[in-house]
Amino acid sequence: MTLTDIFETMEYGTAPEDAKAAQSWLDIRNSRFGLFIDGAFTKPGKSRFNSTNPATGKVLGSLTQASKADVNTAVAAARRAQKGWAALGGPGRARHLYALARLIQKHARLFAVLETLDNGKPIREARDADIPLVIRHFYHHAGWAQLIDREFPDHEPHGVAGQIIPWNFPLLMLAWKVAPALATGNTVVLKPAEYTSLTALLFADICAQASLPAGVVNIVTGTGTVGAMIADHPDVDKIAFTGSTRVGRLLREQTAGSGKALTLELGGKSPFIVFDDCDLDSAVEGIVDAIWFNQGQVCCAGSRLLVHEALAERTYSKIRARMKTLRVGDPLDKSIDVGALVDPVQHTRVADMVNQGIADGAEMFRTDTALPENGCYYPPTLLTGVEASDTLAQEEIFGPVLVSMTFRTPDEAVQLANNTRYGLAASVWTENINLALGIAPRLRAGVVWINCTNQFDAAAGFGGVRESGFGREGGREGLTEYLRPRYLKSLKPVTATKPPASGADPLSGGIDRTAKMYIGGKQTRSDSGYSLPVISPKGALIAHVGHGNRKDIRNAVEAATAAVPGWAKASGHTRAQILYYIGENLDARATEFADRLRAMTGASARAARTEVTTSIDRLFTYAAWADKYDGQVHSVPIRGVAMAMKEPVGVIGIACPDASPLLGLISLVAPAIAMGNTVIALPCPAHPLSATDLYQVFDTSDLPGGVVNIVTGPRDELSKTLADHLGVDALWYHGSAEGSAMAEAHSSGNLKRTWVNHGLARDWNNPAMSEGTEFLGHATEVKNIWVPYGE
Amino acid sequence: MTSATATVTATHLRQATLPATTDHPRFARNPGVEFDPDWVSSVQINTSAVERRAASLGARRSVKKSYQAAWLLRAVTLIDLTTLSGDDTAQRVRRLCAKARHPLSQTLRDGLDIGSLSITPAAVCVYHDMVETAVEALDGSGIPVAAVSTGFPDGLSPFDLRVKEIEASVRAGAQEIDIVISRRHVLSGNWQALYDEMRAFRAACGGAHIKAIISTGQLGTLRNVARASHVCMMAGADFIKTSTGKESVNATLPVSLVMVRATREYEDRTGYKIGFKPAGGISKAKDALVYMSMMKEERGNDWLRPDLFRFGASSLLGDIERQLEHHLTGRYSATHRHGIS
Repeated sequence: MTLTDIFETMEYGTAPEDAKAAQSWLDIRNSRFGLFIDGAFTKPGKSRFNSTNPATGKVLGSLTQASKADVNTAVAAARRAQKGWAALGGPGRARHLYALARLIQKHARLFAVLETLDNGKPIREARDADIPLVIRHFYHHAGWAQLIDREFPDHEPHGVAGQIIPWNFPLLMLAWKVAPALATGNTVVLKPAEYTSLTALLFADICAQASLPAGVVNIVTGTGTVGAMIADHPDVDKIAFTGSTRVGRLLREQTAGSGKALTLELGGKSPFIVFDDCDLDSAVEGIVDAIWFNQGQVCCAGSRLLVHEALAERTYSKIRARMKTLRVGDPLDKSIDVGALVDPVQHTRVADMVNQGIADGAEMFRTDTALPENGCYYPPTLLTGVEASDTLAQEEIFGPVLVSMTFRTPDEAVQLANNTRYGLAASVWTENINLALGIAPRLRAGVVWINCTNQFDAAAGFGGVRESGFGREGGREGLTEYLRPRYLKSLKPVTATKPPASGADPLSGGIDRTAKMYIGGKQTRSDSGYSLPVISPKGALIAHVGHGNRKDIRNAVEAATAAVPGWAKASGHTRAQILYYIGENLDARATEFADRLRAMTGASARAARTEVTTSIDRLFTYAAWADKYDGQVHSVPIRGVAMAMKEPVGVIGIACPDASPLLGLISLVAPAIAMGNTVIALPCPAHPLSATDLYQVFDTSDLPGGVVNIVTGPRDELSKTLADHLGVDALWYHGSAEGSAMAEAHSSGNLKRTWVNHGLARDWNNPAMSEGTEFLGHATEVKNIWVPYGE
Repeated sequence: MTSATATVTATHLRQATLPATTDHPRFARNPGVEFDPDWVSSVQINTSAVERRAASLGARRSVKKSYQAAWLLRAVTLIDLTTLSGDDTAQRVRRLCAKARHPLSQTLRDGLDIGSLSITPAAVCVYHDMVETAVEALDGSGIPVAAVSTGFPDGLSPFDLRVKEIEASVRAGAQEIDIVISRRHVLSGNWQALYDEMRAFRAACGGAHIKAIISTGQLGTLRNVARASHVCMMAGADFIKTSTGKESVNATLPVSLVMVRATREYEDRTGYKIGFKPAGGISKAKDALVYMSMMKEERGNDWLRPDLFRFGASSLLGDIERQLEHHLTGRYSATHRHGIS
């Protein structure tokens, strides 16, 4: 085209980024790569696979498929390095993290170009989003390393962290995993996604250049089987995974009972809610950032547009107009908005889902812009006329496809937004601060963006609820995922309580007091119609309790679920008053409770009295905490705030320990309800009467019905039902090692958060391990609400 | 005439008939619409979101090599070559007009091989007193003269004098009038008064095109920028323009984005195309390219033509000449190599 032609057409032309430097980095290594283990690259293995450029189909390199032996070597190297790395101390590690940040910064463009070649994302995004966030993450965590010894004196690293990352933000996900792990003194065995391992290998290069001690970072490449090997490895202490919900579920099952800490950052179907008083042009631009960033291959992509009915047609017409200016093509071109999908497999998956959606009645819009002939391109797509019950509205598409629905009222918007198995992110667009800040807490999501979307920063936690996984990355909340309380390693296994021989002695005289279930604030007979005897240590029959079964659990969960909205909304002050009141009423009956403990457990009078007074004290502790376990306002680089709000988890199942029948239950139930959760508590099976005696205490303490529900019966049987229950948000299990494994494995159904004791006994009388922020942490989710401001 | 203008009232203005729109080669001129307060109050702007989009504009598009050269040539045709200085003299204005006739040196033109392609600025923009001089100096060039008016830059002279100033400039041969609005009407939320004033200015322009300078740097909020833009368009503005160039903050990408989106909204509602003119502070070729890509992205290629897009600029042309020479020779250029305006 001549200058005169261009002067008429005013086309952009092409503005290709030079890929020479990245290509020569590959060439120098003959495009063949080994694994990075113990500070050095191994020779390329015999079993290899190709990494291709999805935009061209061209092979970029040949990578080693790690074997089991390789994984063992890598874990062993990480293990050897870990003590020294931890012993280096925070400030020592900070210098290494700082060096990593600097080196990545120095090679920023090389990283960006290599990422684009390998992944297909537009160079603009790799250059302006991925890599700057990577650098920011290492700087931020260099800071955490510096502070960690003083900020977390009672914590220590897990040890060896196995990390499995996805292909959509290859280096960024590496940074999210590696930086906090190293800052806290863990060492790492990381497996990048098989489609996109190259920047991880370049990072390995950087680690060597930065003189990072050998074995601190190990990178093993390969398919999912390598990830499974890491997850299976007995010498790995922590697994952090980002990827699909399907694989997350497998990892939950695979690691169940192993004692490995687990964090999962999984899929999403995040709502993008447009209210009728928003800045619509800005919202439409937000939609571009929400669903056409990274070709929509973003776990938190705003893929479900919920728009106010009155505004729907105008919104669609603006989106359609905006879609016409999206440029799809060569990711290396600086003027490209949408690049290539990562792999033909993904392309097929997206195409199949969209076609099915259209067959189901969705209305499709695409522009008639031609796609490049070769390469893995999928056009930006808008689907309207989708209903909440359609597959497209429920399943993650993970491509540049937006589905849209309408709502009438804010309540309906919330209802639709939460009508999903996922709970990762949400975006809310309104100029009404009351509406925005009113809606944000009601959305089931780990991140809420007000009048913005896809905002990330190292200082703010990111992660989900429900089947989007558990755990946070970034911020103080993310750091704690790589730490554990020091006292844990001192715990001894629980001693199994042997049920005493069935009492030959009849019940003592007086009027029979029948302990029933406590469900929804009412005492109800067990569904089974059977009772279980409660026997004293000497073999005397003290009483009967109901033999709880599945249906009792079902009813209890229903009651707990119904109680959630009211209780979660109650102020900390109100919850504190009720906890104080429970303590006060328990105190009034202290002697009776102590006697009961003695009768059940044979404890000394003094020990029984202590357990009751400690229980009252613990109630007071959590009454105190109820209005003090505050969130944070994170310092993120926007004009605005990221509010890390502490929210209740929801419905928590609690299997109470054998030891300290009253104190154990109070120590677990009190923090849960103090934070606004409702609970289904399973009292210690051998000594349940301290729990059933509490019914009257609760009833006289203004505790709303359904906040605490108690089901007596066999712990593991009932725990299994709770673990399997898809409406329970978390399960705390304090029983045997086998029961812990069962609880974790069965929680994979809805990926509920679990907290199990792995068969280890805690001293419930020692406040250092049985009360405080650890418990409150388990009782809360951190929701980061991003609120940019400024008129 | 004098007394009629002096006694003009708000009611009177609303009923005033506008001059018949002149036929335009590409589209019908905006006749304005009834004042609609609901429309004004429904305007919503989210500043942070606007700033994010504005910040990404420069990074999202990149024009290189011959595309860049062609875009810069187009940029020249979008410039309102401007001198608005207290020390302007007839000679000074004649020099500006001479530059307008030949914005690029013949060497540059030959080197770029653009044949007979007409590359001249969109207009020459001066104070009223310089209109006649400019009209004479540009005679036969086809380049129109634009006059800043209505008590530019502050717009605080008596209303009847402001209207008369327009009329005088039109009589003197100005084909375009850049008026300033009364910022106080915006700041005090008196949208009706703003509409009436703008309507009167438009009427006084007759066949001359009217650009409404809303003086974004003095309006306090982007919401006010948007609302003032809408009111001026409702009252018949042909162009909306950011600034006088005399405020402490002049054209910025965020205010421009807000105004450009307002023109889109206005066209969606009424069918009329409104032009946009950022003015003040755009002095680099690179900045001009970002503005142009914003226009292309937000409004399309129609808004890369002088009937819908202008740069109000005095030193931009010089930088464009240097960049074009660099394109041609591969060497970075120097200011003194190009004729000053």
